[in-house]
Amino acid sequence: MAFTFAAFCYMLALLLTAALIFFAIWHIIAFDELKTDYKNPIDQCNTLNPLVLPEYLIHVFFCVMFLCVAEWLTLGPNMPLLAYHVWRYMSRPVMSGPGLYDPTTIMNADILAYCQKEGWCKLAFYLLSFFYYLYGMIYVLVSS
Amino acid sequence: MSSTGFNSQNGAGGQPYANGPSQNPVALHPSGPGYNMAHQPPYNPTQVKGPMPPGPGLYNSGPYQPVPLVGSYQAPPGQPMLHRPSMGPPQPMTPPQSASPGPGLRMPPAQATPPPPVSANSYYQHPPSWQYGAPPPIGAPPSMAVPQHGPVANHVTSSPSPAPPQLSVGYNAAPPAIHNTMQPLGPPATLQGYTQPGSAPPMNSMVAPQSYQPGMRVPIAPPPTMRPTPPPTGTPNATPPPPLVPKTDGHIQTPGNGAPFPNSLDHLETGHTMTGPAPPPGPPARHMGQSYPALPPGYQNTSAPPNASPMHHPMQTPSQPYSHAPQQYQQTSAGPAQLSPSLAGLSLQSQTPEALRVVNLLQERNLLPPGPISPPTPCLPQDLQKINCHPEVFRSTLTSIPQTQSLLNKAKLPLGLLLHPFKDLTQLPVVTSSTIVRCRSCRTYINPFVSFLDQRRWKCNLCYRVNDVPEEFMYNPVSRSYGEPHKRPEVQNATIEFIAPSEYMLRPPQPAVYLFVLDVSHNAVETGYLDVVCQSLLENINSLPGDSRTKIGFITFDSTIHFYNLQEGLSQPQMLIVSDIEDIFLPTPDSLLVNLDECTEMVQDLLKSLPHMFGKTMETQSALGPALQAAFKLLSPTGGRVSVFQTQLPNLGVGSLKSREDPNQRASAKDIQHLSPATDFYKKLALDCSGQQVAVDLFLLSSQYCDLASLGCISRYSAGSVYYYPSYHQQHNPAQVECFQKDLKRYLTRKIGFEAVMRIRCTKGLSIHTFHGNFFVRSTDLLSLPNVNPDAGFAVQMSIEENLVDMQVVSFQAALLYTSSKGERRIRVHTLCLPVVNSLSDIFAGADVQAITGLLASMAVDRSVTASLSDARDAMTNASIDSLTSYRTSVLTIQQPGLLAPACLRLFPLYILALLKQKAFRTGTSTKLDDRVFAMCQLKYQPLAYVMLMIHPALYRVDDLTDEGALNISERTIPQPRVQQLSVEKLSREGAFLMDAGSVIYLWIGRNCNPNFLTQVLGVPSYPAVPQNMTMLPELDTAESQRTRAFIGWLREQRPFFPILHVVRDESPLKASFMQNMIEDRTESALSYYEFLLHIQQQVSK
Repeated sequence: MAFTFAAFCYMLALLLTAALIFFAIWHIIAFDELKTDYKNPIDQCNTLNPLVLPEYLIHVFFCVMFLCVAEWLTLGPNMPLLAYHVWRYMSRPVMSGPGLYDPTTIMNADILAYCQKEGWCKLAFYLLSFFYYLYGMIYVLVSS
Repeated sequence: MSSTGFNSQNGAGGQPYANGPSQNPVALHPSGPGYNMAHQPPYNPTQVKGPMPPGPGLYNSGPYQPVPLVGSYQAPPGQPMLHRPSMGPPQPMTPPQSASPGPGLRMPPAQATPPPPVSANSYYQHPPSWQYGAPPPIGAPPSMAVPQHGPVANHVTSSPSPAPPQLSVGYNAAPPAIHNTMQPLGPPATLQGYTQPGSAPPMNSMVAPQSYQPGMRVPIAPPPTMRPTPPPTGTPNATPPPPLVPKTDGHIQTPGNGAPFPNSLDHLETGHTMTGPAPPPGPPARHMGQSYPALPPGYQNTSAPPNASPMHHPMQTPSQPYSHAPQQYQQTSAGPAQLSPSLAGLSLQSQTPEALRVVNLLQERNLLPPGPISPPTPCLPQDLQKINCHPEVFRSTLTSIPQTQSLLNKAKLPLGLLLHPFKDLTQLPVVTSSTIVRCRSCRTYINPFVSFLDQRRWKCNLCYRVNDVPEEFMYNPVSRSYGEPHKRPEVQNATIEFIAPSEYMLRPPQPAVYLFVLDVSHNAVETGYLDVVCQSLLENINSLPGDSRTKIGFITFDSTIHFYNLQEGLSQPQMLIVSDIEDIFLPTPDSLLVNLDECTEMVQDLLKSLPHMFGKTMETQSALGPALQAAFKLLSPTGGRVSVFQTQLPNLGVGSLKSREDPNQRASAKDIQHLSPATDFYKKLALDCSGQQVAVDLFLLSSQYCDLASLGCISRYSAGSVYYYPSYHQQHNPAQVECFQKDLKRYLTRKIGFEAVMRIRCTKGLSIHTFHGNFFVRSTDLLSLPNVNPDAGFAVQMSIEENLVDMQVVSFQAALLYTSSKGERRIRVHTLCLPVVNSLSDIFAGADVQAITGLLASMAVDRSVTASLSDARDAMTNASIDSLTSYRTSVLTIQQPGLLAPACLRLFPLYILALLKQKAFRTGTSTKLDDRVFAMCQLKYQPLAYVMLMIHPALYRVDDLTDEGALNISERTIPQPRVQQLSVEKLSREGAFLMDAGSVIYLWIGRNCNPNFLTQVLGVPSYPAVPQNMTMLPELDTAESQRTRAFIGWLREQRPFFPILHVVRDESPLKASFMQNMIEDRTESALSYYEFLLHIQQQVSK
């Protein structure tokens, strides 16, 4: 049993995934608030937009870490999400600032539903990967 | 809402009066004591199920003794509760309990329906289009068909008994309610009152000024008009008053009485109970107390109290409609089942309703009706339909709402609403009252489609909550009577305006503030538009809507921003130049916006000198972005309207744009690029503006590409409007100049509402999917509209979230809260009620092809921006294919060859083809990007009527106008030529044709045109002498000329903007644009109508 770099990556990913879970929950709550009229879409978009890039960057960050330590099996499931993030950001509406959400279209029922669904899917994904990283970390620690 | 209303409900006798009624002391004076008792009876649970016929006592008169003066009463002899009952129709089939007195025909209901025909008309301006308008006397079922449009109406009629049964319930109920109230008066008195049923004193006289304002614009119609006047109310009254009086307890009434007076309140309520969305029969009964009426509705009245009947008849005889009524109702009573429209449809399948008549599009060539197409009438009970919102204001794509989303999906038709909420109305009831009655849970405004459980409680038709009727609402200012909440104007009019109390203000109502931002770069001066703007403003400066607080200001800009200090005391306007466009600031914040009244002279000075001030400018750059920022800063403390005049692509400072159009790609490009904005600067600024209640209207006068897709955002999200005058030039394009002048005049003088919001509510189970128009969506059902103008239309896509299984009808309510230019906070409420159906054939029968086309056009605009133009075009084609396929597979029982469509959708493929060839969506023809984007803007925010003309222009032959079938409007005779198909084959060289394309009218002159027409109308000796750029018809004193001009004038009057007239002959450059509207013909790049039909047929029969 040794504390390898791979184990460190898993630990870091574990922590960061916990953060991502909070991001996802935050998004879900935010869209729900929009749906139930509690918040003004402009305010809501202003609070959500700055969070989008950090989330993506965090995810990219530990993907790169896994790449460095050649944890292909872990990297595998993360690649589709990475690709999705890239696509999502490329196809964002015309905006001068960072972010994805446009207050003028966010209230469209389709877009709102899409964002909510996206939030739930990501939450599920992060939760699963959280436990997977936990397992991975222990496995790496034990096996090495 | 003030709480008073609610508190008072339980109310001790005395106090309640203080609120409303007090104004009319005489009427109300009476007894405190009686009052208390008023509604108790109904609530008494013990009595719940007793089949006992409600005795007269039920609503014992005691309480209401305040007794509406008899005199006043007669005036609004409207039936109480008429409509309410109908809400919940079909179920009403109360179990025919034994108790029923036997089917006699008493004509209870008769009264209910008969709308005094005349009165109805008065409601809206154009009687012809107003369907409810001239409802034939209620009479027999056939009458229902009368309203011009066949489709739905017919559908209804086909069933022997339209919706009657329910109605009858309602009606039965109604009379009793009234009579109860009256009873205290003593029989003789009441009788007198009734004898004069017809006489409707001018309402004004009756109005208690404080509470009821006759209406700013037009006094409310006299009370009788609002409701059907049921003179016969007398019947119930006839009942022996004496017995009643003693029974203050009313409800306990003696069974004995019950029999004679089956009409009494209970029935009323029964009606209601049924109405609810399937309220379980039990509970309602409770409210009503004893009253579960044992009889099937039709029969209830039948047992007339012997004594009553004599009186009854005499009374009725006078008015024709009523006399017919009885038979009608008898029929109806026969089968409750027939009530529900769908059932009716099914039962009578053999006679297909007109709307569902199968049309083989490939065979029937001429499908256009000769005149304007009228929207279908929802298949509602007649009394509901009569008060329903006018289709020009509020209409739905499907006048029968499917019960479930899956059913809707099957029909493949879009479900949505089209609104024109701030339309100029000639008759608009305005109500002033300190409490505006709204549902406590969903905040719906009380409307004609709510049900009154009893006089003190009403049930919301959107969320079904039971609410109390506030004390103040018990008093009816129109009739000055008390205890008739159902006769209040709020409950009689589907369109109404409230003057809002202070709870509806977040801040004191803003003054009218107008800021003009004018481009004065070299290019702008070149076009000469400044002259027109300044001249127009000078002429209309006193008719700008506003009051003594109105403010006005000016900003001009080129590469710098110029402000104008117009403060009083200066000898002349002072120009302040800010050249730091990176960080714009206001040089003197206080004096740039000045009070119009105080500084009129200064403003006039400025307007006179402005056109010459920049005559020699060589500045070619345009800093529109910074100018808009300055405007925003200037207006943000108050809110208001910014009118921006721009003549070129902004190319300096923030928000500068680059030309994105490649002219060579206009025709050839497979897909059109750059329909979405290049920058979000304008959008963000618009949102900021919206937050500060500032709207930006954009006038784009340019010969070159201006990137309207980007610039338009400034208006789109701040609820402004966009006007576009391509190749505007003072000398070179006089037609545009005239058009600009007229538009500007209308723009400056039209009504305006500030700091507005519009909320659209709908019955539980329905939800709003997407909005279309110019606004910012602030929450799922709330639009923020910094300004609202009478020319703005909106569209809403709806979805069905929960099944509407138990509902017979659903309602939609649009409430527009705004500050008028006079600084009053007002709420305009429109309520639309539509039936729910559960079969595909009923959905198709209720399809409104124009509304569907309008909504599809809006959806297609969105699609072309978010996806691509070709996507949008495919989607539109598919919409027609899918719906016809669905019709063919699910509705048609007999499969025939050909392309079959229901009659109501027969124009659908034509309209879709027209959309595909419309400027906004066409491909293959050279279309400037700005033209295209502007057409898209118009499709989204123009009201439906104008959109339809844009999509499918109307073509008339005008060289042979005759007075046959002409309209007569205020002593003018307006010929009504037939609408022709848009095909060159319809044009003849010998004729002259007028094409009305909404914003432009073409008069095409055939080469061999009748010389008579040339000389008498155009004032030219021969065809070659027709001037090239003729835009006006000479005023000749000939019959032909008068007819033609009357007709064109009439077309123009029907819309708020001014369509220019172009006289087109073969050599005219405009011939191409005229011919492009010939949408049934084949062009190089697009299918002809017949080819398109073949294409659809191919797809449908796949």
